Amino acid sequence: MAVRSSLTDSAPRTGKRLKAGTVKLIKQNIPLMIMFLPGLLFYVIFKYAPMGGIIIAFKDFNLRDGVFGSPWVGMDNFVQLFNQAQSLQIIRNSFIISILSLVVGFPMPILLAILLNEVRKMAFKRVVQTLVYLPHFLSWVIVGGIVLSLFALESGTVNRWLEGVLSEPYPFMYEKVSWLIIYLGSGIWKEMGFAAIIYLAALAGIDPHLYEAGSIDGANKWQQIRHITIPGIGTTIILLLILSVGKVMDVGFDQIYNLQNAVVSDIANVISLYIYQIGILRGQYSLTAAMGIFENLVGLVLVLSANYFARKFNQGLW
Amino acid sequence: MYHKSTGYKVFSLFNHTFLIILSLLCILPLMHVLAVSFSGKSAATANIVNLWPVDFTWESYEKTIDNPAFVRALFYSVYRTVLGTAIGMAVIIFAGYALSKRNAAFKSRNVYMWFFVFTMLFSGGLVPGYILITELQLINTIWALVLPGALSVYNMILLMNFFRTIPAELEEAALIDGAGLFRILFSVHLPVSTPALATITLFTLVGHWNSWFDGLIYMMDTKKYPLATFLQTVVVQQDFSKMSINPEDMENLSQRTVKAAQIFIGALPILLVYPFLQKYFVKGIVLGAVKE
Repeated sequence: MAVRSSLTDSAPRTGKRLKAGTVKLIKQNIPLMIMFLPGLLFYVIFKYAPMGGIIIAFKDFNLRDGVFGSPWVGMDNFVQLFNQAQSLQIIRNSFIISILSLVVGFPMPILLAILLNEVRKMAFKRVVQTLVYLPHFLSWVIVGGIVLSLFALESGTVNRWLEGVLSEPYPFMYEKVSWLIIYLGSGIWKEMGFAAIIYLAALAGIDPHLYEAGSIDGANKWQQIRHITIPGIGTTIILLLILSVGKVMDVGFDQIYNLQNAVVSDIANVISLYIYQIGILRGQYSLTAAMGIFENLVGLVLVLSANYFARKFNQGLW
Repeated sequence: MYHKSTGYKVFSLFNHTFLIILSLLCILPLMHVLAVSFSGKSAATANIVNLWPVDFTWESYEKTIDNPAFVRALFYSVYRTVLGTAIGMAVIIFAGYALSKRNAAFKSRNVYMWFFVFTMLFSGGLVPGYILITELQLINTIWALVLPGALSVYNMILLMNFFRTIPAELEEAALIDGAGLFRILFSVHLPVSTPALATITLFTLVGHWNSWFDGLIYMMDTKKYPLATFLQTVVVQQDFSKMSINPEDMENLSQRTVKAAQIFIGALPILLVYPFLQKYFVKGIVLGAVKE
């Protein structure tokens, strides 16, 4: 699929090259290297240098001595981290929130794509697509602002609608369960449409003859979806599932920061929030770098194992 | 014959209804915010606005434009978005073109590719990244917002895959005509890659416009907050502690209609750009991503 073909250089090229072409290829290398150099530099500086910077998780980092000058402390930061009751709660929260997001959110775009694929009127399909892709492009700040204005306690629009039903306003943002539902719902609202694009593309690649044959054999709509559509996009589903499994520890900071509040912190305090609040705001760099490593390693292990299982069914990502 | 069956008609009816409801759900919250922003103060406070302004007025927009902190943040966002998109697109185009070559044509190309893709799987994390920016002394400069995310691997792979769908014959013909690789990139590849370029430009523009967290951590000087960061701290979180805002503006900021107006202005550029680029991006993503 996408990543595989781009990694292993299997792009088909037509026509055989002449031997004289070899000289030309070497000549091409220099301009290509010049073009590639800026990208390489960005990555060395802004991605790989911070990766080297994770050594501060094994140090007692202070700004004065810098990354290299600060004293080594071995695994002390990790020991301290896992002795805090708070850390375990944060890790648990991260798991709960992301697994719920995955379970509830992952099937939605697939469902939407299948339903959209059944629409025959192109104009209708295009209008629906335009509208459901839109929320993806709004920032979580905007979405957070809208959510707060809808579900606020005093001046919230939803509470006014419910005035007749409830005797007093319901604290949507301050009750754990309703907060969690709003969290999951807003995530689906924002990303469902956009995530459906990739499935729509995969659906477009299914051979129409299969549907014709199925219909002649008397398969109804549901049977066609079950036996043609879903197997047809199976590879795409598994590929995206592997990628999302890798993000299970990584609760998107944008969403949670813009929706959380102190009242629900028992459930809303997740790893990324902790790293920001303790690391950046209170300057506990080494401790939170250790947490960052933990988060990253768990993510890496999850992706690799998801891929391992997928490979057993010949569906691996690499 | 099949499409005429009753079962299919029922399914089709439900399907269309469901999709209509879904589309409305996506757009109505925005219309609500727009309606509140154009409503009178008392109507908004009494919470009687739905999807149409009550006591229509421009007042909240006037107050927003009169707030120097808001206008400054708006301009800083424009500056950051323009600069960031220009730099980002340049880097992505060059790197994407180089990596679209076969391993034989661009030595060690597959190694470089893994070098990029590995960062999608593992990263240093927030804290080392923050320390890096501090040590490079980029704090409080526009470069802290523009440089770290300049090259997105995802966007680059999209463009690279798109370049790869361009027939090799085009490039070979240009080579025979004596064109260099830079010339080929600009005269052959870029002109035929409009869908991919439009898509990636849209993603980059939107990414910069919406990005607020980097502004929050890298800008100690709140006068350099981009609009998204300003909206996050001042409008949504109502945190005035870091900002020196005069009392009158502060009172306006906590007013519901003014908040709605500011949120809407924050979303406006995206609402304006989106319809024009939307026709490209489905094509751009699909050609760039699903390819085998």
